[in-house]
Amino acid sequence: MTKLSKYTPRQVKLGPNGEPLKTSAMIASIAGPDQRTAPAPFGHALVKLAETRPDIVGMTADLSKYTDLFVFSKAYPDRFYQMGMAEAVLMSAAAGMAREGFTVFATTYAVFASRRAYDFICMAIAEENLNVKIVCALPGLTTGYGPSHQATEDIAIFRGLPNMTIIDPCDAHEISQATAAIVEHKGSVYMRLLRGNVPLVLDEYGYTFELGKAKVIRDGRDVLVISTGLMTMRALEAAKVLRADNVDVAVLHVPTIKPLDTATILAEASKGGRLVVVAENHSVVGGLGEAVAGTLMRAGVTPTFRQIGLPDEFLDAGALPTLHDRYGLSTEAVCRQIKGWL
Amino acid sequence: MNHPSSASPARGANVSLQERAYRIRRNALRMGEVQGQGYIAQALGVADVLAVSYFHALKYRPNEPEWEGRDRFLLSIGHYAIALYSAMIEAGILPENELETYGGDDSRLPMSGMAAYTPGMEITGGSLGQGLGVAVGFCLGLKRKSNPAFVYNLLSDGELDEGSTWEAAMSASSHKLDNLIGIVDVNLMQADGPSTSISNFEPLGPKFEAFGWHVSRVDGNDIPALIAAFDAARALQAPKPRIIICDTKMAKGVPFLEARERNHFLRVEADEWAKALDVLDKARATAIIRGEP
Repeated sequence: MTKLSKYTPRQVKLGPNGEPLKTSAMIASIAGPDQRTAPAPFGHALVKLAETRPDIVGMTADLSKYTDLFVFSKAYPDRFYQMGMAEAVLMSAAAGMAREGFTVFATTYAVFASRRAYDFICMAIAEENLNVKIVCALPGLTTGYGPSHQATEDIAIFRGLPNMTIIDPCDAHEISQATAAIVEHKGSVYMRLLRGNVPLVLDEYGYTFELGKAKVIRDGRDVLVISTGLMTMRALEAAKVLRADNVDVAVLHVPTIKPLDTATILAEASKGGRLVVVAENHSVVGGLGEAVAGTLMRAGVTPTFRQIGLPDEFLDAGALPTLHDRYGLSTEAVCRQIKGWL
Repeated sequence: MNHPSSASPARGANVSLQERAYRIRRNALRMGEVQGQGYIAQALGVADVLAVSYFHALKYRPNEPEWEGRDRFLLSIGHYAIALYSAMIEAGILPENELETYGGDDSRLPMSGMAAYTPGMEITGGSLGQGLGVAVGFCLGLKRKSNPAFVYNLLSDGELDEGSTWEAAMSASSHKLDNLIGIVDVNLMQADGPSTSISNFEPLGPKFEAFGWHVSRVDGNDIPALIAAFDAARALQAPKPRIIICDTKMAKGVPFLEARERNHFLRVEADEWAKALDVLDKARATAIIRGEP
């Protein structure tokens, strides 16, 4: 996408009701105005789990507030460790505590875990498959703050890391369940986090999270959307809209990116005649899209295949709804793309 | 060749620390000979520090490397594994008869120290700058469990170039980790040349002091000075982490190797290993005749 020169003067842009458009910074919720939400689902789930699990401790690098870990630190101040704005020591100390038998939740932003602390996560945590759960806010494009805070390639980075389980939950319902599941799971985990007032979506579909399982949320005969994270919410919204145009969309939700539920993906993609679209809040390079493509190719399953995801670019700063539309993640953009491919 | 008896005298036996250091150096040379090259100069240089660590300071059970009450010894400088294996063989944690597997296929003694391979190896080192941060986590965990064990972390001067070491140094003091004892081997040699010319870390003591640490700096090849520094570090009541900066001589104990200018990764000719062992053995014999400890 061509960017305007920084020497080109700009005009104020106004929203539909004449209001100025504001950058949705770190504290913003991705919830729409009429959406049901739950506050800080990760923090509250962790507090509940910690009641019966004294081995759970929380650590952060000056981001307890913006990763919802503050709920835990208030409930269990003596089990909370403030490591300062220092992701290297956050991850290495998390490894040390895990070696002493604790189940450690280490939180920061996804950009800092994946880019800055990678070697520490790789050698101190993953190489020994230690019981550290890395839970990171601002995954993909969930802030308008610009590339410094937009983790567009975090999944690509961690997919190459042996032992690392990768989870991209869709909503508050799933975050609560996934938090419980990763406490039970022995080993290293990277979980993407939606924070603040997080949309509630999947409870309506009677959905239950299971680590390593992809699940069909709704069936449909024309299109199979294989989605993860918040894009499952967008895919479900798009499916409702497209229904009016007589396009029948199935949604297969894949919250666990690694290990990938290849059996379910192959079974669904093999059901003939459907356009297969992978939708993710991540770069089209190295994420779920390419993981699914590789799975299909290796098995000789070759449906028409398309990707909805972020371009291989450093993204713009701005207002999040504008950016989601610009980069193809909004419900409207998802509908537009799918119709264009049919 | 005049090998000492293969069975190491048990800890607590009436064996001097000088004798332990000699036997650690001997183990290192024998492992070096297996590969024909390696981080021998570091091993010879740090042998006295390891003798004092394993035969004076540390609590451990040779047959129970995961004993909950042990002091944790974290080797962040993975390439010093040859030195630590030498000490752990002497300590009876590792069997002496595996010495010749050093660096070989399926060996428990890989060239860079890794936790999953070797009993008594607490962490996977090698990616320098990680050990002190991991040590912070061990210390926090031990405190949560009210376990009075100490956590030792052996670093090198070159490793201090890594900024993450200083994140950890600040964090350790911020968390008042009085169960942490860092040991820096200052041997003044890195891969590209003399350490202070690569990135000058001096004045090192004042740096750690400014970070809130208790600092002592000693000749790392002077066993009585090391004993005093370790004792002081353990006895200190102040709620702060402790660092023992040890100035050591690369290849200490084998003068013809000490004299080599570029000795970070030492290449030793096939016939020189026997000579090096001979030099060590003769120096020991002379010391015994003089009645030195």
